[in-house]
Amino acid sequence: MMDNGGFCNDNYHSLSSDDELVDISDVTVDFSEDVPPLIRDYSVGRSKADWRLHNSPKLMDLMDDTVPGIGTYEDFNTIDWVREKSKDRDRHREITNKSKQSTLALLFSVSDAFSGWLLMLLIGLMSGALAGGIDIAAHWMTDLKEGVCLNGFWFNHEDCCWTSNETTFQERDKCPQWKSWAELMVGVNEGASAYVVSYFMYVCWALLFAFLAVTLVRAFAPYACGSGIPEIKTILSGFIIRGYLGKWTLIIKTITLVLAVSSGLSLGKEGPLVHVACCCANILCHFFTKYRRNEAKRREVLSAASAVGVSVAFGAPIGGVLFSLEEVSYYFPLKTLWRSFFAALVAAFTLRSINPFGNSRLVLFYVEFHTPWHFLELIPFIFLGIFGGFWGAFFIRANIAWCRLRKNSCLGHYPVLEVLLVTLITALLSFPNEYTRMSGSQLISELFNDCGLLDSSKICDYSGSRTGSVNDTVSNGLADRPAGPGLYTAMLLLALALVFKMFITVATFGMKVPSGLFIPSMAVGAIAGRLLGVGMEQLAIYHHDWNVFRRWCSPGADCITPGLYAMVGAAACLGGVTRMTVSLVVIMFELTGGLEYIVPLMAAAMTSKWVADALGREGIYEAHIRLNGYPFLEAKEEFRHKTLATDVMRPRPSGPPLSVLSQSGMTVEEVERLILDTTYSGFPVVISHQSQRLVGFVLRRDLVISLENARRHQEGVVSVSAVLFTECDPPASLNAVPAVKLHSILDLSPFTVTDHTPMEIVVDIFRKLGLRQCLVTQNGRLLGIITKKDVLKHMAQMANRDPDSILFN
Amino acid sequence: MNRVTPRCAVNLLTFSSLVCFLLLLYTQTAEAKNSEDIRCKCICPPYKEIDGQIYNQNVSLKDCNCLHVVEPMPVEGKDVEAYCLRCECKYEERSSGTIKVTIIIYLSILGLLLLYMVYLTLLEPVLKRRLFGHSQLIQSEDEVGDQQPFANAHDVLSRSRSRSNMLNKVEHAQQRWRRQVQEQRKSVFDRHVVLS
Repeated sequence: MMDNGGFCNDNYHSLSSDDELVDISDVTVDFSEDVPPLIRDYSVGRSKADWRLHNSPKLMDLMDDTVPGIGTYEDFNTIDWVREKSKDRDRHREITNKSKQSTLALLFSVSDAFSGWLLMLLIGLMSGALAGGIDIAAHWMTDLKEGVCLNGFWFNHEDCCWTSNETTFQERDKCPQWKSWAELMVGVNEGASAYVVSYFMYVCWALLFAFLAVTLVRAFAPYACGSGIPEIKTILSGFIIRGYLGKWTLIIKTITLVLAVSSGLSLGKEGPLVHVACCCANILCHFFTKYRRNEAKRREVLSAASAVGVSVAFGAPIGGVLFSLEEVSYYFPLKTLWRSFFAALVAAFTLRSINPFGNSRLVLFYVEFHTPWHFLELIPFIFLGIFGGFWGAFFIRANIAWCRLRKNSCLGHYPVLEVLLVTLITALLSFPNEYTRMSGSQLISELFNDCGLLDSSKICDYSGSRTGSVNDTVSNGLADRPAGPGLYTAMLLLALALVFKMFITVATFGMKVPSGLFIPSMAVGAIAGRLLGVGMEQLAIYHHDWNVFRRWCSPGADCITPGLYAMVGAAACLGGVTRMTVSLVVIMFELTGGLEYIVPLMAAAMTSKWVADALGREGIYEAHIRLNGYPFLEAKEEFRHKTLATDVMRPRPSGPPLSVLSQSGMTVEEVERLILDTTYSGFPVVISHQSQRLVGFVLRRDLVISLENARRHQEGVVSVSAVLFTECDPPASLNAVPAVKLHSILDLSPFTVTDHTPMEIVVDIFRKLGLRQCLVTQNGRLLGIITKKDVLKHMAQMANRDPDSILFN
Repeated sequence: MNRVTPRCAVNLLTFSSLVCFLLLLYTQTAEAKNSEDIRCKCICPPYKEIDGQIYNQNVSLKDCNCLHVVEPMPVEGKDVEAYCLRCECKYEERSSGTIKVTIIIYLSILGLLLLYMVYLTLLEPVLKRRLFGHSQLIQSEDEVGDQQPFANAHDVLSRSRSRSNMLNKVEHAQQRWRRQVQEQRKSVFDRHVVLS
């Protein structure tokens, strides 16, 4: 620092002529305290490299890091993106400069560049392994409610009967090694007593799993409940929630996710898998200095990790990257795109090699049909889209109302009891109906299935399939057949299941266990789609002489595929709830493996999004963010009002004056009192209280830590010691008490706007740069400050919402 | 720049040992691939008077077709071809070792967590009371979410010091973790501030 000492003694008289234009009529301006402008020394004596090494302008001198804790953030606060990005640039510059000096430094710089890719590889491996483990364990535990395998208790029903020869065409899962609880306890498999015993055991197991899940969450990691995606969205926009992505949260979320899914509750595991992947990423970041110390770089890694989460949930790497881009991330630089894709592929490959579903598939409901569709079918597809939009709007409103009730009333005081009650109701009502008894993914897989000759389930019970007259049915499968009795019962059961699922999911999402909502929404849509598809199919059969059907439904040909309707319905409902667009279509066609169905999927997704947007502006995740009051500045909304910066800034005319620090006139005691009296998270530093000319900005946390450190370690610092933000000592205090020098924590380039800047531009600046606060000046003097919270409150006020709902800073 | 602090080294060591252990487990289970883990499954739909049937056999990929797997063949002579055309044969593989290892690891972690929870809620207060008396117990229950800024700074600064005693360090880490969990529980369950 003493290199720059020369600047302090010279150049005191370099007043520019601009100063005379400033109105200083009633203000005494003391130019002697000015820090002179930076004049770079271009003298010949120094070489260029030397100059760059010593005089490169740094935003703040945080590189020595002598005091631990400087540069870190408080919990529930927003990071300073500009500061983090410039810290990273400085670090990178230093490494590049040093790499020219020795081979070791060159190797170090290469390894630093490579560390990002290594980190992605590790994230993919770890997330893929965890997701495979979760799938295997969830599959086993779901079947544990039914019975147990005598061959080895760790096998689920399907794996138990894998090698058996006792399976029949009608009952694909029958084998002597698998004993249901009724068989073990009562001895028989059929009859009233067996039914009662199975019912009872099902409910007991469901309650046990739910109880274990909620008590583990409560005891070890309360942050592990819920979906996780709203909080991850907020974290990625710059918010800090300490412990949300920690190792205990990871362990508990993994374990309790399996328990929650197995208990038969109407929830999915896609959202929690995104949380799990982000936890893995956060934990792995601690091994790499580049990402451990820098919050902005870490958020790039977290964006990639959320792509990994969706990729392992659906087996859709591209869909995962697009989901991260569209839904979760706030800033998504192009570099992250390629790295996310790499990580998602590694995770998908790891999952495939673990092979949780025994058939080299990544997802339970991967379908592979290629039957064509007719463009007139777009009408029912659009109708499904409208249904999806209505369902989305209804679900969001009902769920937010329920969560608000839970937040504000006594319902929220009994979380364990609430979980147990909801599980009891779900188990009691879902056991009698075979379509709600099976897990969500199994239900979707069955509904997406295109019925063929080889299927024997109730939903494929078309009359005439068993008589098997050779002449007309040899090669056409089950086309053009009226429904059999089994199909009618299946439709009735499915309709009941639809109503049940629509209402129970409202109460389930947001409980204090890990819960996702992709699978329940897709299940609702799939049921609706299948019902419509079968209806259309029967209509085509009984009225094949109508004009509409005559053109495309020749007798004996496959004209309507109910499985496709189920798929389109699932996409519509999911789109209505989450308002995903491109990512939804890509995920769905990666699931089906065929490009033929992009047009129906897009039609349904677009219709559902338009209908849902007409009924309510926000998707489910934005609605939850708003419910919790997180400081999330929505990047998609436009600010259309004509207010100015003076209307929003603080201090308000009726409020307390602006708390500022002067650069050299305050004592330690005064600064400490200012900190204790106020709760602001930062203070502007001015030249003096009279002139109010801006020097910089200092954060509260850095100030507190530095003062505490100075009191403890620096010799002779007492309450009357001066606090100096200047670079060099003013000459008067050479023989007085030693002063506390805080120049290193001062941000010398805070962002400022003038008081007449329109709020549109201010909001744009906040969004694009990720600012936390912005200073307002008038005629060169500091007038006030606008923080992100002020901006959010102002936007809420303009939209006639309650401005007090913004809780955090 | 890349100073390896002791804590970082310990973390790295535990992580790499865990990874090695898992890899070892998986390779072992992959090598012990019994013949039971492959099968060829043929599904044959109803044909004339014959009901639908499913046939399973442990054959390899090249033998996985209707003629090898469907035994005994329910039809004679020229009907065999027609029958076999409608059957669909699929080769499937699984790893029973992976399933076994995963379930056992999962259950053991679940069991450990439950035991630890029982210990924390029931046994530890009883033990502490017996060993240290009432006064110590009251002292450890304080420091509930300090709002004072300087206490926070004190915390941050003191955390960076090295401690001499290993047992003290473990105890201190556990106390800090419990305080964190208590804070989290208050925000999530009581005040409903986060994660409503």
